[in-house]
Parts: sequence; C-alpha cells; structure tokens
Amino acid sequence: MPRPNTKAATPARRTASRTASARFRGAVVGTPVPRREAPDKLLGRTVYVDDVPLPAGGVYVRTIRSRIAHGRVAGVRFGPQVDWSRIAVVTARDIPGRNFVQHILQDQPALADGLVRHREEPILLLAHEDRELLERAVRAVEVDCEPLPAALTIADSRRGDVRIFGDDNVFKHCRIRRGDARAAMEHAAVRVRGRYTTPAQEHAYVENSGVLARFEPDGTLVVQGSMQCPYYVHKAMVPLLGLPAEKVRVVQCETGGGFGGKEDWPSVLAAHAALVARVTGRPAKLVYDREEDMLSTPKRHAGEVEIETGFDEDGRLVAMIVDVAMNGGAYSTMSPVVLSRGALHAGGPYRCENTDIEARAYATNLVPAGAFRGFGAPQTLFAIEAHMDACAAAMEMDPVELRRRNLMDRGATTATGQNLGDDVAARDAFESALELSGWKARRAAAWRRNRAGGQVRRGLGVSVVLHGSGFTGNGERNIASRAAVDTLPDGRLRLLAAAAEIGQGRDTVLSQLVAEELGIEVDDVVSDKPDTFVVPNSGPTVASRTTMIVGGLLREAAAKLRAELEEREGHPLRSRLAFQKAVRGAHARGESPRAEVGYVPPAGVEFDDATYTGSAYGTYAWMATVAEVDVDLVTCETRVTDLWMVPEAGTIVNPVLARGQIEGGALQAVGWALLEDVRLRDGTMWNPRLSDYILPTSADAPRMHVRFLDRPCALGPFGAKGLGELPFDGPAGAIVAAIRDAVDVLVHDLPATPERVSALLSGADVQEVLR
Amino acid sequence: MNLSLRVNGREYAVDVPPMKRLLDVLREDLRLTGTKEGCGEGECGACSVLLDGELVNSCLVPAVQADGAEISTVEGLSEKGALSPLQRSFLKHNAAQCGVCSPGMLVAARWFLDGEGRLPGESAREALAGNICRCTGYAAILDAVSEQEKPARRARRPAKPKPMPKKPARRSTRRAVAARQARKPATARRSVNATSRKSRRSR
Repeated sequence: MPRPNTKAATPARRTASRTASARFRGAVVGTPVPRREAPDKLLGRTVYVDDVPLPAGGVYVRTIRSRIAHGRVAGVRFGPQVDWSRIAVVTARDIPGRNFVQHILQDQPALADGLVRHREEPILLLAHEDRELLERAVRAVEVDCEPLPAALTIADSRRGDVRIFGDDNVFKHCRIRRGDARAAMEHAAVRVRGRYTTPAQEHAYVENSGVLARFEPDGTLVVQGSMQCPYYVHKAMVPLLGLPAEKVRVVQCETGGGFGGKEDWPSVLAAHAALVARVTGRPAKLVYDREEDMLSTPKRHAGEVEIETGFDEDGRLVAMIVDVAMNGGAYSTMSPVVLSRGALHAGGPYRCENTDIEARAYATNLVPAGAFRGFGAPQTLFAIEAHMDACAAAMEMDPVELRRRNLMDRGATTATGQNLGDDVAARDAFESALELSGWKARRAAAWRRNRAGGQVRRGLGVSVVLHGSGFTGNGERNIASRAAVDTLPDGRLRLLAAAAEIGQGRDTVLSQLVAEELGIEVDDVVSDKPDTFVVPNSGPTVASRTTMIVGGLLREAAAKLRAELEEREGHPLRSRLAFQKAVRGAHARGESPRAEVGYVPPAGVEFDDATYTGSAYGTYAWMATVAEVDVDLVTCETRVTDLWMVPEAGTIVNPVLARGQIEGGALQAVGWALLEDVRLRDGTMWNPRLSDYILPTSADAPRMHVRFLDRPCALGPFGAKGLGELPFDGPAGAIVAAIRDAVDVLVHDLPATPERVSALLSGADVQEVLR
Repeated sequence: MNLSLRVNGREYAVDVPPMKRLLDVLREDLRLTGTKEGCGEGECGACSVLLDGELVNSCLVPAVQADGAEISTVEGLSEKGALSPLQRSFLKHNAAQCGVCSPGMLVAARWFLDGEGRLPGESAREALAGNICRCTGYAAILDAVSEQEKPARRARRPAKPKPMPKKPARRSTRRAVAARQARKPATARRSVNATSRKSRRSR
C-alpha cells in the first residue's frame, strides 16, 4: 500500500568505522545464537501453507496448462465424464481487473487469453472441494491449440523469425565499457578466447509452492502463502483484482526454502487462487505437487558467455571483451535485473583497464527463467573463472600465479568505474584459502598419486569471486524501503519488516542486530510473520539484502525508538532493565512506542543506469574457494572430496548460521556444476521429478571447511555485508579447474556430468554424445 | 476401510480408502502435519516415518499396509514436548534451516542411531542419503548426528539383565535387513545410497 515517502526524515546512522579492520565484538552480534524458530521446526509443530487445513467451504484449485510451446488456443473441450455444473471453471474472462501478473514489467498474463507462449502457460483454473473429483475433471479437459513456430534456444530467439517480445526478443540489453578494449586487445601479447555455457537449474526447495486466498466479508482479499516477498504479491493483486491497495492483505506462512524461486512466482499462484476465490466466493487453496512445481515454475537462466582476454608479456590482463546471453523464457519476470547483475560481475575480481561487456536477455518459448541464488552472477563468474584457467593453460602458467598477478587490490576500480577503496578482500581471501587447504602439499600429493596411476585421478582448483550486496545500481534508492519497531506491554520489542524468514535465519539475525543496538537480549525481541496490514514495506527478501539493508533499517529504527523514549524519560536508557521499564511505563500511560525509518542512500553510491557507470553496489562480499576432486577414469564420475571456502562478508552476525549459508549455497553450486541437469524436450522439462533430476545427497556432499575473514564494512549494521548468494558463485569454477588439474580436460559447459567428461576425455564431439 | 494404528504410542481408529497414502492418513485424518510431502515418489525422504521399526517413505505406503502397525513420526521424538538430545544437537548445529526436511531427517537419524536396520559399517552420511536437504549442504546435519553417536552406542549396548524383547530381536545383519525389507513393497523401501539414485540419471 502506498506510504508517504519521508526518506529524509531520519539521517542514516553509520557507526562502524571505515578504517577498522579488527572484527566487531558485541554482546550478541558475533555470537552463535541458536536459530529462533528452529525448535518448532524440529518438533514438527511449524505450520507451513500445506499444513493449514482447507477452511470450511473452501475449494482446491488445479491449473490447466498449454501443451504446446507457442500457439493459439482454438478451443477447450470439457469431457462428458464429469458433471461440469459441480466444478468451478475460471478463465481469463473472469478477471475483474487487468490480465497481467505484475513483476518488473507487465507482459505476463495471469491466464492466457488466446495466445500461449510456453508449454506450461496457465489457461484455465478448475476448483472443487473434493480433490478426487477435481483430478477427474483435470483429466477430462482438453485444450485445442494451433501451433506456431517456437523459439526455444538463444540462437532461435536471435534469428528473430519468431517474435515473442518487442521488436528483437531482447528483454534487456546492457553494455559496460571502460577504456578501449578493442585497441588494447590489438596490442596484447597473448590473446585467449573461450565460450562457456551454464544450464538452467531447478530450485528444488523441499516445500512445494502454495497459497491460500479468501475474501473477508468486507471485501478484503487475504492471501497467505509460501513466499519471499509479501509486497510483491500485494502489488500484483491490486491491478489484477481491481481492488484498492488497502483491500489486499498478504501474510507470509512459514516458508520451506526459496532460493529465489519464491521471489516472483508466488504472485502467479496468488493470482490464480485469488481469482478462484473471487469467482466462487469461497476460500481457495492452491498447492503444487513436485512435478507441477518443477514443470511450471522458473529456473535459473541458462547462460552463454564468450570471453576474449588480452595479456601483456608478464601475464597481466590488459583487455577483456565479454558477450553474455541469457535465456529468459517467455516472459520477462526478473530477467532485466538478473542480466544486469550478470553483466556487472562478468569481469570477476580482476584488474583490467580496458573492458567491454555486452549482455542480452532473450525471450524464448520456454517457461520463464527467474531469480535463483546468485541472480545472474554465477553464470558470468563461472565463465571468467573457467576462462582464467584456460588462459593459464594457454600461457603455460600456474593458475595460482596468474591470479596473483591479476587480482584486485585495495583502490581497484571496476568496469563501471567504481573505485572500491579499502573494501577489497580478493587477495586476502585467495591467500587464506590456499593456506587453509594446504594447497601446495595437497596438490603435490595429488600429483604423486596420479603419477602412480590408478582408476581415480585427483586434482585441485581454485576460484575467486565477488558479489555485490543488496540491489543493483539504484535499486535500493528506487524501492525506498521502510522498517519499524514497536513495543509490547511486557516491555519486549517487535520487529516490523516485510523481510521473510525462508530458512536463512532472518528472525535470528535481525533480532541479534536490534538486541545489540539496544543492549537487550535476543529473547526480548519478537517477530511475527510479515503481514502487509502490519509491517511497512522493507522490500523483497532477495539480493543478499536482508541483513545489510533491512537489518540496518531495523537497527536505526530501534535507535530512534530509544532516543524518543529517552527524551520522554529525561535520562539515558543504557541498560536492558531501564529500557524495558520505560517501555512498560509508556504502555501503562496508554502509549505504544513505535519508530519507523526509511532507507537513505549512502553518500557517494550513485549509478547511471543509462551508461552503466558509477557505483553498481554499495559494497561487495568476496570469497575464495578451493576444490579437491576425484575423477574416475572408468565411470567418468567427478566427486568433490573437499571444499575450502574463505568468505569475506563484513562482520559475521551469527557464525553458525553464516556457516550454514556458506555450506548450503556451496552444495547447491556443486549440484549445478556436476549433477543437476534440466533436460528439455518440446519446450518443457522432461525430467520434472526428483528421481530424474539429481540433487546432491549427503553421500555426494564434500567435506566443507569455512573460514570467515571477519572485518566490518562501512555500510551494513555493525559492519555486516550480504552473505546469502556469495557461496553459490565460487564452487563451479573451482571444480572445473580441479577437473582440469586431475585429468587435463577443461569443461566449458556445465554440468560436468560423466557423459560430458567422458566425451572430453575421449575427444569426441560433446554435443553429439549428449544428443 | 476401518483401520486401527498406533502412532507415537497412541491408538487411532480411522475409516479411509485402503489405498490412501499413509502420509495423507497422518496429515489429514490424524492431523499430524509434522510429516511433510516433498516429492510424493519416495525420493526426498521428507515423509519418512518408522513403520514397525522400519524406515519407510510414508508417501509410498498404502493405508491398508499400516493397519495394526506401530508408527513413529517426528511428533513422537520429543521428550514430553521438549527437545530430545538429538533435536538439541540439530538446534545447536543449525541442522534445520527451512525445516521441511527436518521431520524426516530426524526420524531417519533416530533410526540410524538406534541401529535398527543399519548395515555393517554404514556411516550417517550413507544412511541419510535418502533424505534430501536443499538448505544446509548436510554438514550441520552430519555434525549433529555424529554428536549423538556416542550416547546412542551406549544406549544400544545390551543392559545387564537384558529385557525380553517383545518381538524377535532385530539384528542388523544383512540377512535380517533383507528379510525385513522383503516384507515391505519394494517401492516403499528407501533408497539408502546415492549411487543407486545416480544410476537412474536421465539420459
């Protein structure tokens, strides 16, 4: 709902010292406070959306989808085996407002109206309270479509004979230029070119997507569900239902994993459930099963990256030309910003005076691609890291030495011209990871072992990555987040922010930040599930921004609340007891202290969206990853034995939870690099089940060793940066480098499945083998 | 059909279609929603429960097969509503993030620690490979389980005056495991190692 913009009202508090490299030591921040909501989860008491019983009079919803990638809906046949008078049928004509699901653009219909652009496009909704009858009805519907030619790949889309979006099928184009890359390339002593591709990836959150929608007697739409961004759902419901903003209420349920998959798509489920609730006048529950979730919800963008680099005689990078293409699927969803982040990370953590990066996200007739941990950066960072290894091979140089010569140092400038000042930890993380892994000795041992022969060859690889914290460019400035704290009569403090707990530890970490600020205990802080009737819009739960941005706002709000109480009381409230006494006293007087603040962009963080110059991010987190792999020469299976990871993400608010983020993100990246393969046939996934789409199990998981470089940054609360996406960026590059170290083939295309490694080892045409 | 079953030590009688999934009987008829559905095809292990001491995926067990059976779910793992030592280890190590795999993971971990049906020399890493977690990377889960291995070993050691087992002792010999598994339909049995999963990789 619209709120007055009072950004300027509260000056930002930036207390962490810019120069301090010593870690922040707090009473609560930096301590391993146990995850606050975990006891209920471990006792089986937590209520997820599918655990909410269907309300009395409610109906279940099923979705009828297109069965072709591109075409016109000619008609729908309702089979005679079902009594259709009992089933509610909802079509695009039943939409009271405008037929689109609001993401960044408005190109995606809630229900197809005539034209279908991908194979899982929703056309009809069926609803009934009896699930068995509903299933029979689903089977009795046939949609007749007249197919049109479809563009399924980036190459198809580029050709342009199939029009899906705009004049050129390009959702977003961006170009980043620094110096004169082409001229510098001409004069380079060594030039290396490479092309790297990365696959789509399924989020595979263990809780499938689901929502519940109902209308209150006063006409208010209430949506509950598994989601990362309650206000995104809110924003989508208003135009679709034609409701005033204050008549839409969105409440998050406990959410069983998101990883980006529940950023934009809950708006689609909510749209469907809300339409059914509107048409039937009954509460509607829509929960996907695994197959429907895998088939119809977004994936990570498949990427194609071409890199040409030029080096001088000493192996120093003098020029870099990068072309990035991402397959966005049928609708734009998050593609413009995914592409943007991908392009901004394409240069990796390397110094280069002459850079030319060009990137495009293409529309195709696939299920839309969307947000997934890393958000475009893993695709380009894998490419640059694999390419640096290829360059080392081409120059017959040790990949460690090549990185030593080119990594950014303090004072480095990025391709957008952003001077990073002291906020650079590439080299420190790199050297620390080498030391942590015992790189030299291990590599020597691996080589000795390989020389002795045998079926299994061992290798080590290293990668270095950076990840911008928070929204790209002016995103934070534009969204103008707000957060608040209020108080309970018993003296406790309540967090009011739209940031959602999705398993990452939001409840715990945000409570720690506020408790630290006020000198109270974590148990003195309470936090309910975000409800748009209660909490201000602190922005979506994405982009590694919850700790740094939302945490910063909550800390400021807490400080503001204390200042107001202090003014009222006439003395400082420096102890927990004094603070609680003041709060209880205020409530006894009939007051309910509350403080709200808005985001104030830090000085000097400015970005020009037109030219892609300036500060793309307020700060970056850094990580070096060392991977050790065993490659079986007979089965061609690659097994990661160990990962050593040294992240630098500012102050670590909760070391145990932070380690969980690093390990969990890293294993998702191991899956992406080696196992997970979204196979497409006729424009849809033909392995949409966990028996065919291979996720890493405990038996596949490497031993993981994590060492944080715990140093406060200037921007985040108590010096914290964003952390959640960083661990996904590094492992794939390190694993591919380790495979090269073990068996001397460079994998250019992920995932490095046994089929692919086998083909490379035998020198066969990989595409031919995989066909 | 009328079904009587004992869940976490409590008797229940329900009237359900014989082929209704045990998972749905637990979640819908008994309102024990701790047990989760992740995939509905026996791959993810989120619905793991113990059926007469055997670890099964309740999404693959028809109700008729649970008639008269003793079933343990996550709701039965606590100690009078408080966290058990295993659950406390999970809390300490941050082994539950989003929490949806946790109920099944805890049941499987308890089964592993109790030694029921454990293969000789089997590690927690292998025994828990039928439970998918997308959040933790498993390290925290394995740390939590290994922390409980010592107390579990102590508990498994036969007490001096050995209490008479109600049923024939379930020893973890391969033959005993095979015999027990033969009683369950093949589909319900849990895949216990990653290699068997990988061999089914789509081509």
